[in-house]
Amino acid sequence: MLQNNKVLSLEETAIALRKTLLTTIYKAQSGHPGGSLSSADLMTVLYFDELRLRPHQPKWPERDRFVLSKGHVCPVLYACLAMRDFFPMEELDHLRKFGSILQGHPDMKRTPGVDISTGSLGQGVSCAVGMAIANRRDQNPGRVFCLLGDGETNEGQVWEAAETASKYQLDNLILLVDHNGLQNDGTCQDIMPPRDLAEKFRAFGFQTYQIDGHSIPAILDVFERIRAHQGGQPYAVIAKTVKGRGVSFMENVVAWHGQAPNEQEYLQAIQEIEEGLS
Amino acid sequence: MLTEERRAFLTQRARQARALTLEAIYRVGRGHIGGTMSIAELLIALYDDVMRVDPSNPSWPERDRLVVSKGHAAPIVYAVLAMKGYFDPKLLDTLNANGTTLPSHCDMRKVPGIDMTAGSLGQGLSAAVGMALANQMDHRDSYVYAIVGDGESQEGQVWEAVMLAAQRKLEHLIVFVDDNGCQVDGFTGDILNMRPFDQKYRAFGWHAIYVEDGHSFDQILDAIHQAKQTPDRPHAIILNTVKAKHVPGAENTYQSHCFSLTREQLDNSLRNL
Amino acid sequence: MKALRDAFGDEILALGRENPNVYVVDCDIGKSCKTLEFARQLPQQHLNVGIAEQNAAGVSAGLATCGKIPFVSTYAAFGSMRMCEQIRQEICYPRLNVKIACSHGGLTPANDGASHQAIEDYGIMRTLPNMTILVPCDYYSCRSLIRAACQWDGPVYLRFTRDPVPFIYRESDQFEIGRARTVREGGDVAIIAAGAVMSLALQACDLLHSQGIEARLLDMHTVKPLDTAAVTAAIQEIGRVVTVEDHNIINGIGSAVCEVAAGLGRGVVKRMGVQDQFGESGPYFDLLEKNGVTAQSIADTARSLVTGEN
Repeated sequence: MLQNNKVLSLEETAIALRKTLLTTIYKAQSGHPGGSLSSADLMTVLYFDELRLRPHQPKWPERDRFVLSKGHVCPVLYACLAMRDFFPMEELDHLRKFGSILQGHPDMKRTPGVDISTGSLGQGVSCAVGMAIANRRDQNPGRVFCLLGDGETNEGQVWEAAETASKYQLDNLILLVDHNGLQNDGTCQDIMPPRDLAEKFRAFGFQTYQIDGHSIPAILDVFERIRAHQGGQPYAVIAKTVKGRGVSFMENVVAWHGQAPNEQEYLQAIQEIEEGLS
Repeated sequence: MLTEERRAFLTQRARQARALTLEAIYRVGRGHIGGTMSIAELLIALYDDVMRVDPSNPSWPERDRLVVSKGHAAPIVYAVLAMKGYFDPKLLDTLNANGTTLPSHCDMRKVPGIDMTAGSLGQGLSAAVGMALANQMDHRDSYVYAIVGDGESQEGQVWEAVMLAAQRKLEHLIVFVDDNGCQVDGFTGDILNMRPFDQKYRAFGWHAIYVEDGHSFDQILDAIHQAKQTPDRPHAIILNTVKAKHVPGAENTYQSHCFSLTREQLDNSLRNL
Repeated sequence: MKALRDAFGDEILALGRENPNVYVVDCDIGKSCKTLEFARQLPQQHLNVGIAEQNAAGVSAGLATCGKIPFVSTYAAFGSMRMCEQIRQEICYPRLNVKIACSHGGLTPANDGASHQAIEDYGIMRTLPNMTILVPCDYYSCRSLIRAACQWDGPVYLRFTRDPVPFIYRESDQFEIGRARTVREGGDVAIIAAGAVMSLALQACDLLHSQGIEARLLDMHTVKPLDTAAVTAAIQEIGRVVTVEDHNIINGIGSAVCEVAAGLGRGVVKRMGVQDQFGESGPYFDLLEKNGVTAQSIADTARSLVTGEN
């Protein structure tokens, strides 16, 4: 029953998160809604259940760290941080504006709660590996979570980082692949077939899981299994998701990778999210 | 299956390639011995038995191409090219010398028969993929071969190229991984273990073959034959090799990657061949 | 007004139709780099290697060894930095016929912020031997220079920008690699500019003219090889030079001009551009203004050189 309440509460939070991030992008008239929405449920469970954080002490050394390697979906991260009170909600109105603390891609020097600056794809996993090695050597219990895109695994650097994570047996590193099947120019299948991502990560020495990235219970469950697992291996969670999830006209449409909605689209999107189309 | 006679001939050729290489490196004073010796049989198998090339016309468009991505293995590539008649073997005396046309790493602008400049690790496979794509688009049936080091495979660019080759179904691309187990700073297993290579290549959609003895002509040629029988996928042939093969005292040591040969070591090696 | 990236999309399509060896190698941003039409019409001359820029450089090198003329298409930040060493090793050193065609140069990916802005790109490329660098300023010159690059045997880095920019030339104007174009004639001060800031430089010329100062405006569309004759003439005939660019003032056109002036041992050069600081999210012209690059400030700088007031 307790578990059920938790699931219901997180599902409500996910709705609020989707509304907040869309409002942020709408007001900025610039940003990336597709991948923000596809990762919204993963981000909900991370920021409202799994990550150990102190919003009023963003640099708490023993925190769980989060690396948004697919930096362009920062609206979902900024919305989480604001909703968790890392900074006032009003800051969201300034996304991508001149002088804002909320840059077009995450900037650790400006935004409380952002652990590393990202934006050029394929680089975040290496940073996450560095953090995980440092925590391991400092006997710091903080874990490192890294969210990356499926298209992003085209970058060879992702595999360099994977080799290193495997070498150092980083079981404090959890990669989450937002496997929404679309990238900027088209479907992943057309641009660069991802094949079986779990098999690839297994071949690079990872303990892998495949889940429905929009199922709150499944996401909760995978984190529980990872916490219980003792294997001396880094983890890769391949989360099957839908780009633009929750907004009918954005779902699985490549064009919504990096485009802001107009007023009519925005109002319809908010209505659909409230009605829980997802 | 090779005839006894053919096997003996190829063995003799590999012996000659090693000797020419060691002598050239000895004259320079220092050089990449480990990773040249580990691919002697492979190069001889390719140039004497497999590749469609014309040494009198190195830029023949229909030729098979070879990209030696581990460009530091240049001395033995030069030795084999000289043996094939691409240029006068006397040139090998000028390896690395001031004004030479045979620089320490493979150089397509200076050496007839070299299809791609190399030297910075991890980059050659991309070029080989580009060549195989050009052949595919021009409907040429030529093969592109590439030799990639095991340590080199730690470079992410290798895996970028691997993904593209699989997507484009480059069945006329054959990549050899010289899995000699050593890199500059140590054993690859200690530095950054990439084994098992065949599992990784398969996970990325390739046809992969593991060759138990990467110095056996029978096994190398058999693997190439198998590759050519397998359609729709690029091929990775993982060669289990010995770094500094046939150099007494240096075999299977990472210190053999680049070192100075004494006169005694050279003589010992030549006798040992 | 028309964007330089559109010039690339239009010209590369024309070139591809004329010559089956002209290839485009995309890195999953074909949409922004305007190569989609090329991909649609000429699929046999098109590759999309995914988000894998280093591989794109190497694949293009391989294609070039087989007689193709590949244009790698990506953003300037990635084309000049993520694949820098691959360009050096596999393209410039063996002098292969690969073109690196980059959109979103300078501060133009304005809202995207510092990660996507490229204020260092041609400065880095300038130090690579065998590299030619083109920084066009309007749609027509851009098309003409892309064509010239295609005919040029060897590596070329082309820098385009994202936003529409005013027309400065006519469709019939032809441009030659290494030959600067005089946009305005004048003898009081020289302004040497390139790229999307050319229109600001032109406005500055108008402002100066209204104050009785005539500026010679040079379009230095080829950053390398630099038209040293045109720069030398400006220094010897006028002696007062302002350089304007959407690039770090370090190692850009300003630096190149200073190198010529230092060699001559005369002339005063004021470099205007990005003040050795990273960009941030914001409107393009606000970002330029933050770095002191506006039509008014260009005019003020030029006038101060003429009048001798600071």
